[in-house]
Amino acid sequence: MAKWFQRIKKGIETSTSEKKEPPDGLWTKCPKCKKLILTKDLRENNFVCDKCNYHFRINSAEYFQILFDEDHSRELFGNIYPVDILGFKDIKTYEERLQEAQKKTGLADAIRVGAGKVNGFDLVIACMDFDFIGGSMGSVVGEKIARSVDYCVEHRIPLLIISKSGGARMMESAFSLMQMAKTAAKLTQLAEARIPYFSLMTDPTTGGVTASFAMLGDINMAEPGALIGFAGPRVIKETIKKDLPEGFQTAEFLLEHGFLDFIVDRKELKTRISELLLLFSK
Amino acid sequence: MQFLDFEQPVAELYEQLEKVKQAGEKSKVDVSATVKEIEEKIRQKRLEITQQLTSWQRVQLSRHPNRPYTLAYIERMCRHFIELHGDRKVKDDKAMVGGFGDIANRTIMFIGHQKGVNTRMRQLRNFGMANPEGYRKALRLMKLAEKFNKPIVTLIDTPGAFPGLEAEERGQAEAIARNLYEMVLLKVPVICIVIGEGASGGALGIGVGDRIYMLENTWYSVISPESCSSILWRSWDYKEQAAEQLKLTAAHMKSFHLIDDIIPEPLGGAHVNPDEMAETLKGWILKAIDELEPIPPEERIRQRIEKFSRMGVFREVE
Repeated sequence: MAKWFQRIKKGIETSTSEKKEPPDGLWTKCPKCKKLILTKDLRENNFVCDKCNYHFRINSAEYFQILFDEDHSRELFGNIYPVDILGFKDIKTYEERLQEAQKKTGLADAIRVGAGKVNGFDLVIACMDFDFIGGSMGSVVGEKIARSVDYCVEHRIPLLIISKSGGARMMESAFSLMQMAKTAAKLTQLAEARIPYFSLMTDPTTGGVTASFAMLGDINMAEPGALIGFAGPRVIKETIKKDLPEGFQTAEFLLEHGFLDFIVDRKELKTRISELLLLFSK
Repeated sequence: MQFLDFEQPVAELYEQLEKVKQAGEKSKVDVSATVKEIEEKIRQKRLEITQQLTSWQRVQLSRHPNRPYTLAYIERMCRHFIELHGDRKVKDDKAMVGGFGDIANRTIMFIGHQKGVNTRMRQLRNFGMANPEGYRKALRLMKLAEKFNKPIVTLIDTPGAFPGLEAEERGQAEAIARNLYEMVLLKVPVICIVIGEGASGGALGIGVGDRIYMLENTWYSVISPESCSSILWRSWDYKEQAAEQLKLTAAHMKSFHLIDDIIPEPLGGAHVNPDEMAETLKGWILKAIDELEPIPPEERIRQRIEKFSRMGVFREVE
């Protein structure tokens, strides 16, 4: 085949084997620049590639560790579990999917809430876990965000939500859809109490999560290179029947189009958050 | 009229009816008794079909080619209607319409998704899939209604918000999120009615209010049965099963307390008698406004927040 005819850039579809899991072996290969990194070093570097600045997908446990001061955090609402209200069954039952996800991740659902201190400032962090059914939003995600708002209003503490989600959870159908309205409704109460809400969008933040609380921050921020959008790239590509431009739906693209206040590197995250907390408290 | 596959028995009866009427005209014989008989048969058949409708068939009815869309209802319900255009930012989205109209001497702000009635119009209306400017136009009109203390009625009928390149560039997610948030805080009564397809965030983007109703043959879900089938079953062939599993019909939604009530359709569906449907709709809108208007705005907003905060089912362990 003539060289000009060959595809230079890789397509947007990632095969299942290449999916970006948090690293746990001795060595980890950066999915972007392919550099082999000692996992220990990667961990010390907050799971960011020291060569190309690729931000690995990490979970709530890692974010809490990065952000909260040592020995100064506790989990809230850890006793809320999902229910298969519809008796949903596709090729598997939802019940099976829930059990598998809970076994694999040790989590109750796709979000955890922690209260603690960030460089001495009080903060409640609600952080999504992508490993739990694609970080999808069902009743539990909505309820934990709702209760976080109540907690923040009661104790007058700012709220940070770290989004990482494929969108609403299909297996809860309209219940999951209504979590968009529920979280938006609760955020009006936070605003009424004049308590700041920071939204951090990480890779990936799409669908109903982007189209509700993720985009409603007093401050909207994102990690570098994060995929952020309403529709997924594959759906858009199929709809418009054209290749998508490079960098489409990345954090940088959203900043350029005016939907983010700034992009923050993970190594700067804690400092930036505490700066915000300082400025909002004065 | 066009007929869906499961409406075929009715289609045959309509053919018979036509033939009898024509024969009657030609021969000047009185056929009124036969006509009545066939009409009764049609009624019986419709009833029989309605009682056995599957979830997927309801989805099909919600997309019936003859089904009335937003403007068809507004035209029938209002004596005056002035359509208002544009989001004042980028453009006028033809998939979302709105404007002031009157019912029973009351001015109401109507906002709704709009589908096209023929091939050309379907393209112009983008099949009822709004872009961010559609949601921003809707919000602009809601704020206008709020300013002049007029109640808002939204008519929901969309296969989803448009998943396009420009839609993403202009912030489809932000536009929908903003509407959810702002609709919670509107100081005037807001009544949301699903008149056809209620697909996902594209529907909810004009769907936050004090009363949420669904017409009898509509659906409301986080995803269309087709897309659900393609993602979870990895094939487009399981749409019927997906429709069943998603529990998306008006009856399901009412039983889950996710909507307030079901508005009955004429026998066979809204398309069989759009005038009757519009008349019913009008009654429900007036009743809801009567119930909502006496409530002070702050209380209405409090109840609205409470209403959506209650939605969700989970388990709390000690």
